[in-house]
Amino acid sequence: MYVKQISVFVENKKGRLAEITKLLAENDIDISALSIADTTDFGILRLIVNKPEEAQKALKENGFAVKETKVIAIGVEDKPGGLAVALKALDDAQIGIEYMYAFVGKNDNEALVILRVEEQQKAVEVLGGCGVRVLSSDQVYSL
Amino acid sequence: MKHFWDETLECMDRARRRELQNERLLKLVDRVYKRVPYYRAKMGETGLLPSDIKSLDDLQKLPFLTKIDLRDTYPFSMFAVPMDEIVRIHASSGTTGKPTVVGYTAADIALWSEVMARTLSSAGVTKKSFMQVSYGYGLFTGGLGAHYGAERVGASVIPTSVGNTQRQIQLMHDFGSTHIACTPSYALFIAEMIEEMGFNLGEFKLQAGTFGAEPWTENMRKEIESRLRIKAYDIYGLSEIIGPGVSFECEHQKGLHINEDYFYPEIIDPDTGKVLPEGSMGELVFTTLTKEGMPLIRYRTKDITSLTYGTCACGRTLVRMNKPQGRSDDMLIIRGVNVFPSQVEEVLLKTGGISPHYLIVVDRVNNLDTMEVKVELTDAMFSDSVKGIEALERRIASSLDSVLGIAAKVTLVEPKSITRSEGKAVRVIDNRKLL
Repeated sequence: MYVKQISVFVENKKGRLAEITKLLAENDIDISALSIADTTDFGILRLIVNKPEEAQKALKENGFAVKETKVIAIGVEDKPGGLAVALKALDDAQIGIEYMYAFVGKNDNEALVILRVEEQQKAVEVLGGCGVRVLSSDQVYSL
Repeated sequence: MKHFWDETLECMDRARRRELQNERLLKLVDRVYKRVPYYRAKMGETGLLPSDIKSLDDLQKLPFLTKIDLRDTYPFSMFAVPMDEIVRIHASSGTTGKPTVVGYTAADIALWSEVMARTLSSAGVTKKSFMQVSYGYGLFTGGLGAHYGAERVGASVIPTSVGNTQRQIQLMHDFGSTHIACTPSYALFIAEMIEEMGFNLGEFKLQAGTFGAEPWTENMRKEIESRLRIKAYDIYGLSEIIGPGVSFECEHQKGLHINEDYFYPEIIDPDTGKVLPEGSMGELVFTTLTKEGMPLIRYRTKDITSLTYGTCACGRTLVRMNKPQGRSDDMLIIRGVNVFPSQVEEVLLKTGGISPHYLIVVDRVNNLDTMEVKVELTDAMFSDSVKGIEALERRIASSLDSVLGIAAKVTLVEPKSITRSEGKAVRVIDNRKLL
């Protein structure tokens, strides 16, 4: 039900992102979603990949600080208001969103979004209850 | 115009002064031996007795004291009088968590006022002067030391302390301050602020300033002098010995006259501890000949300098020390505050979950010292939230602030990004280029 997300601490220095993506490529790891939260001094790169364990191992071996976080992946209707349905449901249930970002690709008529919320278990129930599809980890890693 | 506070003592014949120093030394050794068990034990290690010290020629036989000894006797075991007689306690940074503590008796405060009166008089302060004291008041000795000296001289003292610069400048302008005492970097900051506030320097009455508590260069002196249109005097001191007032420049500015009738200087080889011949460069060591509260025998300052004997063009016979050329330990002086890398390390270790890999970067931006501490992030510290990382940075910064007494910017960096060196780790990059 939850999806493993890899977070990497990245200093604001030239070439760091290139290095990370190169490292993942060398290990034949496919990125299906990503986002960067940044400040003036550092950023956090968040990745959804097909092989989370291997990605962590490769990054750690190369000296990166890495953290695994469980997030929720959902599919919403790919039309205006599709995402709004899901977010309104969470808001009504008073579940705060820490962050969210969209997938690089998408399914037919379905946009895929990663959510990190305060109460994950409750969020999954709420989302399921309003017809939002919550993706399993296998579904996500095989995207 | 001669700028003496006490011409008799400051210009005393050197042979006569030596008699005075001899006399004071014998009393000092006797007093310390009787009243400070810690030092008595140190003397005991070589079977030394007070009677073995007959004059300054025997001073070399006595053991040294360092900041480590002050830490080991924290807080009061180096005091030589009952606490009833201590009227003041100051503290500055120690090499590790514990501060260096100094205690003053009423007579010590009077001595402090006296040596600071000499210091300020030399820079032209008289009872007609308006003396603005912009050193920090508090545990730091700068503010109160300058304050006492100026009061002893009889000047009108304006105790603005450090900070709130716009108000300082307004008062300096309105009251017609003739003299200022502060750190050299703060003097330059004030100069900049005066320009920014749009004041015309012609409306100020400032004539001279006594600057110290941090290393500064001849270039900074020129800059202060031209931007504030004053004469800038260098002063030197350390709280262990008395605070400011250990040595001061005269109008000829060929070294700093040491108040050696109270603070007897030696220059030693920092490695062997041997006293070096006259004129050699080495570590400066002081013996406080008359202090009561916390007299120190052969206290190693870690400052590297040399001494010049002989009568100065000003008439003073007080020995001159050159501006310190560096330190024999790793102490940094940042905005007038002593900082040891070991203190930073201790804070990081206490914060928990933090790698021991750090780098202190010191710089001077717009004439103010800045300190940045880079710390390598570990997986254990990493929380996947920007808020979490920023909170960790703030937590480290606030612990550093409370231990060091100055604000530092904390930056978390990637693991293994701080260069590992073979042998001694590089912990400090000082970009100020002060020497």
